[in-house]
Amino acid sequence: MTALRERKAVSPGAVPALPRHVRIQYDPVRQAFAVLSPEKVFWPNEISLEILRRCDGRLSVKEIVADLAREYNAPEEDVASDVTAFFQEWSDKLLVKL
Amino acid sequence: MSEPLLPPIGMLAELTHRCPLQCAYCSNPTELLKANREIDTETWLALFEEAADLGVLQVHLSGGEPTLRRDLEQLISGLSRRGVYTNLITAGVGIAEGRIEAFAQAGLDHLQLSFQGARPATTARIGNHQGSHEKKLETAKRARAAGLPLTINAPIHRHNIEEVPEFIELALSLDAERLEIANVQYAGWALVNRDALMPDRASVERQGEIVEAARERLTGIMNIDFVPPDYFATYPKPCMGGWARDAFMVAPDGTVLPCHAAQTITSLTFERFGPRTLTEIWTDSPAFNAFRGTDWMLEPCRTCDRREIDWGGCRCQAMAIAGDAAATDPACIRSPLHARMAAVAGSGRPAGGEAPGAEGFVYRRIGGAPQPENPAPLKPDPALTA
Repeated sequence: MTALRERKAVSPGAVPALPRHVRIQYDPVRQAFAVLSPEKVFWPNEISLEILRRCDGRLSVKEIVADLAREYNAPEEDVASDVTAFFQEWSDKLLVKL
Repeated sequence: MSEPLLPPIGMLAELTHRCPLQCAYCSNPTELLKANREIDTETWLALFEEAADLGVLQVHLSGGEPTLRRDLEQLISGLSRRGVYTNLITAGVGIAEGRIEAFAQAGLDHLQLSFQGARPATTARIGNHQGSHEKKLETAKRARAAGLPLTINAPIHRHNIEEVPEFIELALSLDAERLEIANVQYAGWALVNRDALMPDRASVERQGEIVEAARERLTGIMNIDFVPPDYFATYPKPCMGGWARDAFMVAPDGTVLPCHAAQTITSLTFERFGPRTLTEIWTDSPAFNAFRGTDWMLEPCRTCDRREIDWGGCRCQAMAIAGDAAATDPACIRSPLHARMAAVAGSGRPAGGEAPGAEGFVYRRIGGAPQPENPAPLKPDPALTA
């Protein structure tokens, strides 16, 4: 096995960022935010978009959770489990870098 | 129309038919265009501007070999300015020093590099180009060094299906984050060479198991996209996501087409950008509307519960095999011609054996279109259609 990378597991200290091949941008034609990747275009819902916009390579998973819990006035444990599941799925698809 | 017309998301721009390789599986038409038929820089840039206005978010720059266009940097830059995601699909042979870096500078988002084999001898033989494998390895390294994300594309047929495990290792070693194991679609040159390219069922099944295991093992490390071979399928693919539904392509001379092989449907007339705008062609062209949605469908598609899953499959395959572009794609088990298609698949031979040249591969060459152009269409078997 000559893999240069390893599968990443989400941890509170991980700092998510969008990889070079993924980009979020507003599409004025459809009036929605699109996630662009090599072969696919994704249309994230409001919560996914809020998470993805915080993937700036500076905020940790823990900080993103706290921020979203504040903004949506929701218990941190609930937000943490949703956000962790989201990041694991998107990291497994190589759409988010942890 | 059974559903509202939406703007296109993706576009495949075949910038040129010129190519240093001569792959017998090429999806380009057998009547290849010479350089003097290619539209110029300004026309491509105007076309890209209108595509962006129309709603296109992704452009795949392909060919032939797109890097043979000396204006490629300018074209990438034009798309990048409009925020369009650019994917360069290249054979990676003979790209001059400094150009890959210039593509990255111009805003290229992603590079897709084809390998005809996982072994140097296979790559050289399939593309009829000595030393091409080594050049491709170099291109992959240069792309990664320039910070470009990389997909390795492996077009699969009888002469390399046994190399699938090696393709996976190759893509990992080149630091690709995506690998396409794409079984050849039998259109264009691939249809001419179908008998020489068709794998046998045992190899196809083994390939499926290998890919599935690798996908699991490589979750979060490398994405593997698998395009299974139509001839061994139960249901057809939703070709292009449905005819003129969310993507289109443009040929080197500016002809706008719903898919690669659309010009094999000779009853349709395709229009060129310039005389007509992209918007006019996308919305009003009779050729684009011919197989859009579900209204055009005949039985068994018309009442099929899968009609909005696979959109009737591939129109060009229906044309090539059934002799009727409105027929159900014979890849579908519900097509009356499915058994005939499966019989072609059943005639596939085990991997290995003779070298392609030895069994009469027709290599892809400009001006080298074979006569007769295509294998005879399979006629419906009266016993099956009754």
